[in-house]
Amino acid sequence: MAAVEVPRDEQAFLEYVQSGGQVEATDWMPDEYRAKLVKFIEMHANSELMGVLPEREWILRAPTLQRKLALTAKVQDEVGHAQLIYRVVEDLGKPREQSLADLISGKAKFHNVFHYPTKTWGDVGVIAWLVDAAAIISQKALLKCSYAPYARIMKKICWEESFHILHGRDVILAMVTGTPAQFELVQEALNRWWGPLMQFHGNPIARESDPMWIWRIKSQGNEEARQQFLDGYVPQIRELGLEVPDPKLRKRDDGVWEYTEPDWEELKHVVTGHGPRTEERLAFRKRFLDQEQWVREAVLAA
Amino acid sequence: MSHPVWEVFRQERRGQPMEHAGSVVAPDAEFAETWAREQYGRRGESVALWLVPRDAIRDVEDWADEFDLKYRRVDGYSIKARLREARERAHAAEGGA
Repeated sequence: MAAVEVPRDEQAFLEYVQSGGQVEATDWMPDEYRAKLVKFIEMHANSELMGVLPEREWILRAPTLQRKLALTAKVQDEVGHAQLIYRVVEDLGKPREQSLADLISGKAKFHNVFHYPTKTWGDVGVIAWLVDAAAIISQKALLKCSYAPYARIMKKICWEESFHILHGRDVILAMVTGTPAQFELVQEALNRWWGPLMQFHGNPIARESDPMWIWRIKSQGNEEARQQFLDGYVPQIRELGLEVPDPKLRKRDDGVWEYTEPDWEELKHVVTGHGPRTEERLAFRKRFLDQEQWVREAVLAA
Repeated sequence: MSHPVWEVFRQERRGQPMEHAGSVVAPDAEFAETWAREQYGRRGESVALWLVPRDAIRDVEDWADEFDLKYRRVDGYSIKARLREARERAHAAEGGA
């Protein structure tokens, strides 16, 4: 208990977080808030853990030693983020083993973009640049999360993500300044990833009806995040001579981006475990969890 | 799981305050140090790490505020009106001299 106390009453607690108040791990909190935190943060942790698999596939095929090292470091970072985030979930009351079991069984979700294949080195560049860019927009907004331990680890995560984006942009720049075939690889990868990227921030539900915003777990609405992504990255994509595969995409005079309605059915289908690589990647995770069970047992027995 | 929680504090540069970074669960100090080093010092982002068992932290619970102690803080002083009055008086005295 500290000088500023978190109100022990659900309504007062809600008003407290809505006026910018933050909550610590040892503070009282409503069950509903705790449940929402676990759901949201667990999905984030799952996404970090599953998010390394599309890139991991390319470590052995990276075109240079430098790229191989950078990609390995990025994969290491993302697994490290998963460790930090699972720890926050654990502190909220859900054991790590349970989170991992729910991930493997398909009960818990992870982000749509990590259910897709990584066909070429162009995809690796697009993932590192644009998927990470979309993710960092969400993560920067989480620096203001009402749950303080989560907000604090986000500082470290954002710091590392900024290197990932630059690494991705560098991969893309090397390819667009290379041969026409290399340029084409990037354009094709962009065409494949644009749909999932536009779905990434979720359907344009008004933030006032988004429970994650109501409890101030998120500090921005889905559409705000998508607009921020378009505003920041469409000009960066276009200046390289790449074409964004959406004929309706344009910025209106009032600064709002118009675009073709993303395929929300696809998003729902994919995140509920029916993506093109969902099964394969979960099986891979399961195999490694089984294989490393003895390590966890040895540590827990210590 | 019965292993203790260790709170991790990190220092970004020498001379900066130790800041709470997160926590790890570990059976003993050696394991705790390994996790903390891996998760908060791997990229050279910290120059020092402190590990404190959560149970060892003594939380000050008593924040009684029966007395208004604002006189010890800057928000306890509102000098605007008096300052204006003092300036006006000084000005009037000058004019009168």
